[in-house]
Amino acid sequence: MNAESPKAGLLSEHTRREIDHWVGKFPAGRQRSAVLAALRAVQEENQGFLSPELMDAVAEYLRLPPIQVYEVATFYSMFETRPCGRHHVSVCTNICCMLRGGEEILAHVEKKLGIKVGDSTPDGRIFLKKEEECLAACTGAPMMMVDHAYHEHLTPEIVDRILDGLK
Amino acid sequence: MSQEFVNIEVDGVPLKAPKGEMIIRVTDANGFYVPRFCYHEKLSVAANCRMCLVEVEKAPKPLPACATPVAEGMKIFTKSARAVDAQQATMEFLLINHPLDCPICDQGGECELQDLSMGYGRDIARFAESKRVVKDKNIGPLIATDMTRCIHCTRCIRFGQEVAGIQELGTTSRGDRMTVGTYIERSVNHELSGNVIDLCPVGALIDKSYRYRARGWEMTAHPSVSPHDGIGTNIMLHVRRGRVMRVVPRRNEAINETWIADRDRYGYEGLYSADRLSAPAIREGGGWRTTDWETALTAAAEGLKRTARSLGALASATATLEELYLVQRLARALGSPHVDHRLRQHDFRDAAGDPLHPGLGLGLADVEQLDGLLVVGSNLRRELPLLAHRVRKAVVRHGARVAFLNPAKFDYLFPVAGYLTAPVAGLVGELAAVLAAAAEQGTQLPDAVAEIVRGARPKDAHRELLAALTTGKRRAIWLGALALRHPAYADLRALAAVLAQLTGATLGLLAEGGNAVGAWLAGAVPHRESGGRAVPQVGHNAREMLERPLAGYLLFGALEPWADSSCDAALSSLGAADFVVAATPYVSETLRQVAHVLLPIGSFVETSGTFVNLEGRWQSFTGAAAPPGEARPGWKVLRVLGNLVEARGFEYQSSEDVREELRQLCAGAAAGAPGATHRVVPSSGALPGVVDVPMYQTDAMLRRAYSLQMTADGRTPAVVY
Repeated sequence: MNAESPKAGLLSEHTRREIDHWVGKFPAGRQRSAVLAALRAVQEENQGFLSPELMDAVAEYLRLPPIQVYEVATFYSMFETRPCGRHHVSVCTNICCMLRGGEEILAHVEKKLGIKVGDSTPDGRIFLKKEEECLAACTGAPMMMVDHAYHEHLTPEIVDRILDGLK
Repeated sequence: MSQEFVNIEVDGVPLKAPKGEMIIRVTDANGFYVPRFCYHEKLSVAANCRMCLVEVEKAPKPLPACATPVAEGMKIFTKSARAVDAQQATMEFLLINHPLDCPICDQGGECELQDLSMGYGRDIARFAESKRVVKDKNIGPLIATDMTRCIHCTRCIRFGQEVAGIQELGTTSRGDRMTVGTYIERSVNHELSGNVIDLCPVGALIDKSYRYRARGWEMTAHPSVSPHDGIGTNIMLHVRRGRVMRVVPRRNEAINETWIADRDRYGYEGLYSADRLSAPAIREGGGWRTTDWETALTAAAEGLKRTARSLGALASATATLEELYLVQRLARALGSPHVDHRLRQHDFRDAAGDPLHPGLGLGLADVEQLDGLLVVGSNLRRELPLLAHRVRKAVVRHGARVAFLNPAKFDYLFPVAGYLTAPVAGLVGELAAVLAAAAEQGTQLPDAVAEIVRGARPKDAHRELLAALTTGKRRAIWLGALALRHPAYADLRALAAVLAQLTGATLGLLAEGGNAVGAWLAGAVPHRESGGRAVPQVGHNAREMLERPLAGYLLFGALEPWADSSCDAALSSLGAADFVVAATPYVSETLRQVAHVLLPIGSFVETSGTFVNLEGRWQSFTGAAAPPGEARPGWKVLRVLGNLVEARGFEYQSSEDVREELRQLCAGAAAGAPGATHRVVPSSGALPGVVDVPMYQTDAMLRRAYSLQMTADGRTPAVVY
């Protein structure tokens, strides 16, 4: 795409190749469709979050108004726009999990880590994600997701074991 | 193209409607009211507010009228129990988070949400939870935000994408945390940005300069015409107790559609600057004495008679047609042929080739149908924002090829087919090369341009510009303000005229000022009388008048030659004159230093008058507000001056008398194209620069509009190319 853009330098060679690959999958002029993939590639190389500068760089590289990139980055829960911890933990509190004690599990996690939902532990180890609505594992409620892996039928003991296992 | 029609029924009334038309357009056209927030006829359909739900027979649930096309046999119910129930439910949802701050909201009394909640809202909310609060954004000096009031209709966002051509606002986050804004604090910078204020159905985006100053029902609305550019934008002045409180668009599909430029909206602030002249004054000794009209007019008349033949009359191109006509009548009655309004023009060589008046040569709405357009020497978006908007529509909707030849790179928010930048001194050569490319097929060129074209070597860049004039059927070449101010304007125009002939394009001259066309018709030029008739003696043009001092000057209108003229000697020439009388709405320190008599006149909102736009359309308006203090409408001041200098035929009873007299003089005057006989010779030596006057510096009123001066464009200094 727009390789001459002054901000493209913020994107690594690898990221740019990745973006180009995705742009190629859509008809010419529809590069807006590649924003999701582009942001994922950028976030991966930036300790798991997107800075305004990086979003601007993506916008410039894809020749889009920056706001269109911000819209996508703030809409999807898999993008973070603030620095966060290495391991992403999301506890489901939607209806099935709520009935099965999801809120108690969340309270336990908060107490154990000493942080509130949306924050990361000071050592940068764990990020307790702001919100994740139903993750479609109602049969295993209460559940939580840790770095894309599902953990079901939780009890405080199981949660402790999982969290302690994160490096 | 024949259109297919279908038979439908709305609330029991059988109708024929164009096939595929959305229900809401059909109901609007036939007088059935359907409530709506997000739908706007100038914007794409979003269907996200759900307020326009109507019942359609056989449909399992209510359908949004804005996004449901009509089909044969469709039966629509806009007021059935089911439709109203759906609309009321939507309203209840919209009001869940909308604050109940109508008493302190600027939109109160003219709010679509307020109006509709009267019809569809409940008296008591069932929602007991707390309402959400959204932090306000600072998006610049023109638009105030109260985002808690936003109902997410996204009209402002679609306006940016579809009309302005740049999306500055968007929706961030989602669900109940969705907000409309810029995400990162930055100001919205577009010459049409203020239109989102009118689009916003609630009080989320409001006019910053009008904030907390008046209520809709306290004001009277007066139709008027904007003086800031040659579009002739139709505006509505909202006046309270003789004072203009704000300016909003007045719909006119042929001219400005429903939009106005920011300078049309906020320029009114200049009416109330501290240096408005409110009483006549004469210079006595070293100082100024405020006096009555009789004394001042007698002093002015005596001074004018004394300087008679060597009087230079300079009038503003934002003055009314009637004023301009009387200014030139007065000067010529005194025996002076020196009348002009073209203060920024530099090159007057080809006066013989001047058309009756500058202008587009086609209607503003026709611009959208252009297939090809070459713009020479124009910062179009800043010179004529609403014309640039029409051009954008031609490109985006009609697929027009638009190319530019400019002294600098200007941003356009549409795909540009060709863009060539050349220094000022090179513009003539580049245009000659475009002409050479057009003549490559061995066309015989007129002698006037043959020599320079022979020396030109067309390259691909020139052929690219030419391509804009060879595609499709309807094409135009425009010379913008930078070309009109160019030191070799006559050469540029002659080349453009030949190029237009050769390619079958219409040549447009985009003269500066809200009433430049009117000034030509009125005869406020040294080589033409009113209606384009020949003069017995050709007078000095504006540049000649200001380069060498004359004995006397008559400055008419909001004119500040030291700022409005490109002539460096303007101020010293005025200072060296024996007598300077200024009929003006404003008095600056500089004017006090050079003038001898000051006559306060009303601005365009304080007088009746006429502006003629670049299409040649005459638009008359009446006075809407009271002039400050002793100030009087300019045409009345000129009429009395005419009587005092014993000129004949100055017995007008109204500005309409003046206009009708001029209209008769203009009857039968043929517009015609600019001449193509001026001999273009390759220039030698350095040319003086061309100044790109910033958008909000073009006239005295704008220079006094505080809010505009605070914008990014207002803070941009003039650039000399």
